[in-house]
This record gives sequence, structure tokens and C-alpha cells, in this order.
Amino acid sequence: MKVTIDGIPVEVEAGTTILNAARIIGGDIVPPAMCYYSKLEGSGGKCRTCLVKVSKGSEKDPRPMPKLVASCRTTVMDGMEVQNITSPEVIEARKGIVEMLLINHPLDCPICDQAGECDLQNLGFEHGAEKTRYEFDRRTFEKIDIGDKIQLHMTRCILCYRCVFTADQITDHREHGILNRGDHSEISTYIQKVIDNDFSGNVIDVCPVGALTDKTFRFKNRVWFTKPVEAHRDCDHPGCNGKVTLWYKGEDVLRVTARKDVYGEVEEFICNTCRFDKKKTSDWVIEGPRKVANWSVISANKYDTLKPLPVVKTNPVLVEANKEQFERETRL
Amino acid sequence: MESLSNKRKLIESKPLNFWERAYLPAIASGLATTMKHFFRKPVTISYPEEKREFSENFRGLHSLKRDENGKERCTACGLCALSCPAEAITMIAAERQKGEEHLYREEKYAAVYEINMLRCIFCGLCEEACPKEAIYLDGDIVPADYLRKDFIYGKDKLVEAPLNQ
Repeated sequence: MKVTIDGIPVEVEAGTTILNAARIIGGDIVPPAMCYYSKLEGSGGKCRTCLVKVSKGSEKDPRPMPKLVASCRTTVMDGMEVQNITSPEVIEARKGIVEMLLINHPLDCPICDQAGECDLQNLGFEHGAEKTRYEFDRRTFEKIDIGDKIQLHMTRCILCYRCVFTADQITDHREHGILNRGDHSEISTYIQKVIDNDFSGNVIDVCPVGALTDKTFRFKNRVWFTKPVEAHRDCDHPGCNGKVTLWYKGEDVLRVTARKDVYGEVEEFICNTCRFDKKKTSDWVIEGPRKVANWSVISANKYDTLKPLPVVKTNPVLVEANKEQFERETRL
Repeated sequence: MESLSNKRKLIESKPLNFWERAYLPAIASGLATTMKHFFRKPVTISYPEEKREFSENFRGLHSLKRDENGKERCTACGLCALSCPAEAITMIAAERQKGEEHLYREEKYAAVYEINMLRCIFCGLCEEACPKEAIYLDGDIVPADYLRKDFIYGKDKLVEAPLNQ
């Protein structure tokens, strides 16, 4: 099937969603997604940030679709034409969605551990106005401990259901879900029941905001001061391949997360042993520094080490003069 | 030869007469000039005791502010340290415990907050970056000291005095 997204044609299989077709093209035209997660079956359709305009339904029925559609849930038709960033209507609608998501989300990014790698923060930065028009009290909750390693702060939750799907699909039995309806909905472990599954830590990674956070990393450091390094270990847990990102500050591993792709989705889920218990460099085989996008705050203030010029290396007098710098270079 | 510009002046150096040779009138007139300055307003000030008024946008020593209830505003978000071009600021965050609500405004606070005054260039970017209006460069000139370690200012020197004092 041939679809055209923002004027770029692409051939995809039948049954592909518009969002995934856009991801095949890649680049700026990919709609943002807060609730859709390619690794989780059934996710998507809740946050509405991926709204796009279908200006031509298909080759057989060229009428446009009457409303904006959620691209993560709408499958492509042959000859479909989709507008994402080329349509002012979509940009305007998305701005409204961001404001809507921020109605109950506290504006406490200076405190939140997710700041710097938060989808909602990026979305707000790109689309939202910098001030809120909401005048009423936001809903607040007490913090809940889900086990001794995960903390749930429902105040920040945007009800994307990703963690619920994770618990459903990665773990074999479900102990947490969403209680109540509408504005009263909240994530809860039924009667504060502890999740003791080996993969429960993955709910931290799938959370697009800072509602579920790692208690072993809580307030330890800001994300942009830590240095991400790719590493792996031979994990004896079946189902976990031990490929992770270590977040270093100096010599210490402050945090272990699964590796995330360009859309902020984890490549493979990791077990709790890898995530919470292995925080020594000796536990891991280091592969090399992680590539961080240039626009990301995580890559801020990371200076390249000064490399001596080739002419310096060939001249013994200059080598002697720059001895200290050479030593620093080899040590790093 | 005649000079082209005709600007050359001939200076005559006559031998000094008697009064000039005595030097006393010259000394007296010199002393008179000195004495005259005793009664004039001095142009200099004696610095540590006296201080000149700073301009309104002078940037001096940092201070960490408290809010109207006397709680510390700083939440250790790290944006000042991120924006600092001289990398002078470091901090360690801690979580506010129950019963400390009167001390800290947010649920996270800076347990350690240090500025190296030898590194600081007083550019004021930390002040601009701060989302909580917690840091201002509204203080004095950083005083001189003998040891390098004494220029690393901690929270004891940076945080404003509590309100009731």
C-alpha cells in the first residue's frame, strides 16, 4: 500500500498504522506519542498527541476524514494522504492536547527525576504555551511505594496506561491497574499490593513522565549531569539479555536503564536484578558511550577532550612541552 | 638651516639667580600646594572601612533566598550548575523528610550547595537560569582570603539569614 505523509510517499504493508508508516520514513514528520508503545500490544489511542489530518481517505474513496484521527490507531489505506506538521490545524490541536495533559500534571520539572528525558516536557517545550490557563487546584496524591525499589507519584501521572500494559504483558500476572473512572482515575496496586515480579522495574522505563521512578536513583542526581554508557552482562534470567545503559557520575553507576531507541521506547526489557542490584562497573562489560541527540540536554556541557594536534605528536620538543596533556588524554 | 614648519622653539637655559639658587621659595610653594589639599574633599576612600555605592545591576556575592515563610527556595534542580560557564557550582540533593516542611519549600532540597568563588566569573547566568528565584548575585565583593579552600562557599555562607533574626 502506498501512503503519502506530508508529501513523502512510502510503501507499507496492509494493516500498518499511520504512526508506524511515518516511523518508516522517520525524521520530523513522525507524530509524537505519549501512550503508544510499539513493544506493548494494545497500547495507544489514549493521549491523542499523535493526531493527524487525513486529507484523502484512499484511492477508492478520496474524501478526507471528517475529524483529526489518532495516527497510532488508524490503519493506512491505499493512496491515503496524511498531513502532520504541514497542517496548521494539527499543530493547533496538538497544542491544545498538551495543555490538556498539563491540566493535572504539576509544573515541578525542577524537582522531578524524569526532567531531561521526559516526553511531556519535550512536547510542552515544542508545542505548549509556557503559561497555564488552569486556575483550579490540581489533583494531588500521596506518594506510594510499589515494592521497595519503585515509587509511584500519581500526581504526575497522565494516565497513558503504558505501565498497566507492561504489567499485563511482560509479567505473567497482574497486580496493578487503573481504579475509578474519568477525572478520578488513578494507577494503583490493588490494596497497595507489592509487585514482586522479576520484570516489574520496566514500568519505570515505559512511563513517559515522572510518575513511576527508580527509588535507588531518587534525587541522586540530575539526568544531564550523568554520563550514559552502553554495557551488557550475562544475565542468567531467561528473558533478560542484560543489554543496558549505565548512567555514570564520575566512577559511580547511579542508575541502570534499558536501552531506548529514538522514540524513547526501550529496545528490550531488562530484569530487576540488572536494574537495581548491579551497580558496580565490575558487574558489566562496557561497550562504549551512548549516542545522545544533540538537542538533548543530556549532551549539554560535555566537552570533548582537547586532542593534541598531529604536528605536536611528531615533534619531540612539543611532545615534552605537552606531556601533561598527553597523560590526561591517555588516562581518559 | 631654517626649519620647514617653523615650530621650533629655542629654550634658553639661563643660570639661576640667587633666590632660585636658595630653593626655599620653591619648597614653600610646594608645601603650600600640599597644605591646600588638606582642606579639599579627598578623591580616594579607605576601602574596607568605607565602601562606594554599587550600581543597580552590580553582580556580587551569591545569596540563596528564602520565601516569605522563611523556607529555602532552592530545590537543587541543577540548572544553575548546568548554565554555569565556569563550572563553579556543585550541589547534592536530598529529599525533604516529614516535619521539615517549615525549612524547605519543595520536596527536594540542596543538602550541599557549593560555589567556588575562584572559578566564578559573576556572569549572572545562574540567576537567569533559576526557575525558583532562589539565587541572586546581590551581595558584596567576595572578600580576600589566604587559602584556596576558603573560597569554596557552602550553604553556611550563601543562604540568607532566617526571617525572625
